Amino acid sequence: MMLIEEIMNRDVHTLAPTNTVKDALNVMKEKKIRHLPIVDDKEKIVGIITAHDLKNILPSSIKDALNLTTYDTILEKIMVKNPLIGHPLDFIEEVALTLYESKVSCLPIVSGGKLVGIVTPTDLLYTYIELTGANKPSSKIDIRVIDKPGILSDITEIFKKHHANVLSVLVYPSASLKESKIISVRVQIINPLSIIEDLRKEGFDVLWPNLPGVDHL
Amino acid sequence: MKNAVFIYSPEQLGYKFSDSHPFNHKRLLLTMDLLRNINALSDDDIIPARVATDEEIALGHDENYIEIVKKAGHGELSPEQGENYGIGTEDTPIFPNMHEASALLVGSTLQAVDYVMQGKSRHALNLGGGLHHGFHGRASGFCIYNDSTVAIRYMQEKYNARVLYIDTDAHHGDGVQWAFYDDPTVCTLSIHETGRYLFPGTGKVTERGNGQGYGTSFNFPIDAFTEDESYLEIYEQAVREVFEHFKPDVVITQNGADAHYFDPLTHLYGTMKIYQEIPRLAHKLAHEYCDGKWIAVGGGGYDIWRVVPRAWSFIWTEMNDLSLPTGSLPKPWLDKWQPESPVPFIPTWEDPIPLYEPIPRKLEIEEKNAQMLMKALHMIRTEKR
Repeated sequence: MMLIEEIMNRDVHTLAPTNTVKDALNVMKEKKIRHLPIVDDKEKIVGIITAHDLKNILPSSIKDALNLTTYDTILEKIMVKNPLIGHPLDFIEEVALTLYESKVSCLPIVSGGKLVGIVTPTDLLYTYIELTGANKPSSKIDIRVIDKPGILSDITEIFKKHHANVLSVLVYPSASLKESKIISVRVQIINPLSIIEDLRKEGFDVLWPNLPGVDHL
Repeated sequence: MKNAVFIYSPEQLGYKFSDSHPFNHKRLLLTMDLLRNINALSDDDIIPARVATDEEIALGHDENYIEIVKKAGHGELSPEQGENYGIGTEDTPIFPNMHEASALLVGSTLQAVDYVMQGKSRHALNLGGGLHHGFHGRASGFCIYNDSTVAIRYMQEKYNARVLYIDTDAHHGDGVQWAFYDDPTVCTLSIHETGRYLFPGTGKVTERGNGQGYGTSFNFPIDAFTEDESYLEIYEQAVREVFEHFKPDVVITQNGADAHYFDPLTHLYGTMKIYQEIPRLAHKLAHEYCDGKWIAVGGGGYDIWRVVPRAWSFIWTEMNDLSLPTGSLPKPWLDKWQPESPVPFIPTWEDPIPLYEPIPRKLEIEEKNAQMLMKALHMIRTEKR
């Protein structure tokens, strides 16, 4: 089970509530970031500023005149107060759900009353890439199965018989057939033909790869 | 100077896992016999292979791994010990003298390199090489030692050359790519079926190199069911623009012949047409940019009867400026090999039209490949502007 502390950014750039809009713009530009947690002198998070918030309050860059009062506004006045936060021990799935449902673009991670990290949807996407991608040379085999106990074991038995090293297994619902699931296996082998033949012999529906438009998942 | 030499020794056929294994160097015999039958290949063209030394192999491989391969081939390695090195698997089973057989394939490619780099021949062909999946310390995807990786390092050290590697095998040329991922003086270009299903799964457009080597890895993953037209559009633009951008001293092409519709391991829908065009452009650009210096190696190709002999013959005829063979295949060749072949031969140099049922969503596949091409070349196209 992956925890947020395994993927969060620990090197968090912050500002104080007394810093100004100008300070925030500078930090964002320099560090190439879009989210700035605002912390008090005890490192407690009190608010958050995003690049999007700043864009909304600033005059258009087409106008030459600098609106000095806007640039000098202190962050306390414009920050989002009491932002949603997460804990280092939160499960990645929970955080994904929080980000998806609340539509916030980042989640400060707080422990012991202090800000210890930050997570954005991009970090979660990277985790997804790692989960589904090929970190080692491998082929992928998709198998459509009936949703009943013991199926996964029947399948892995066949991979075992071929001494094929399974790198990852994903199980997800089939879009077209509600009563079935797709098992997607990444296996360290260049020639999966004999495994596919055995799977088919056992009656499994091997889908790899589908001719587009002919056989939808 | 000779136009081209053909590197071959019968011992190259010793790289053999088993009778039923899909990687089968009998393809070398079939190809040579076909070329002899059309009087394109004579004994004078053939240069014997040589065995690469351990020091040479170590240009691309861990010394400890070389020892493991030796032990495996001499019956001194248990299957469990081999597993960590990718040896003794269903893909890469242990076979007697596997080190010696693999070292000969590496030496064959080095032989090809020396002929070209010493000006004894403009081009050189080693169909026994092209084992592009071999890793620094691990066998992978039928490949034990990576002859191309070793040959490129050898060209760097011995000839101080700037090398372009072009890989048209249907599988991503991962072993060579990762070996030079940080190296700005070697450019790798691979066109392959996307890794969504196919081994090795890598070779995404976003793999562009690392550190100093950023921008010297190019990947062109094409969709399963890609046909000739789209394949060649990608190939021609990719290869031409990367040549122009990188300006190599020498080019080495890996000529896997497994992007064909008949190939049992992949899902691309190429026909003989792509194998006519691939060497033609490589040859032309080698003359434009590299004073002709072109080394070609083999690679994948698992329909060894209907596809590989014809496809690989085109490389040799192109290297020698012979006109493209067309029409019927020589009858003596068909008569000699048909009894052994499990499938009926295609009796002509060209594939019949149509070779397969039309593909639904053909236009979308072409469109997707074209988008991929733009992404992959975006960086060098912007630079040019």
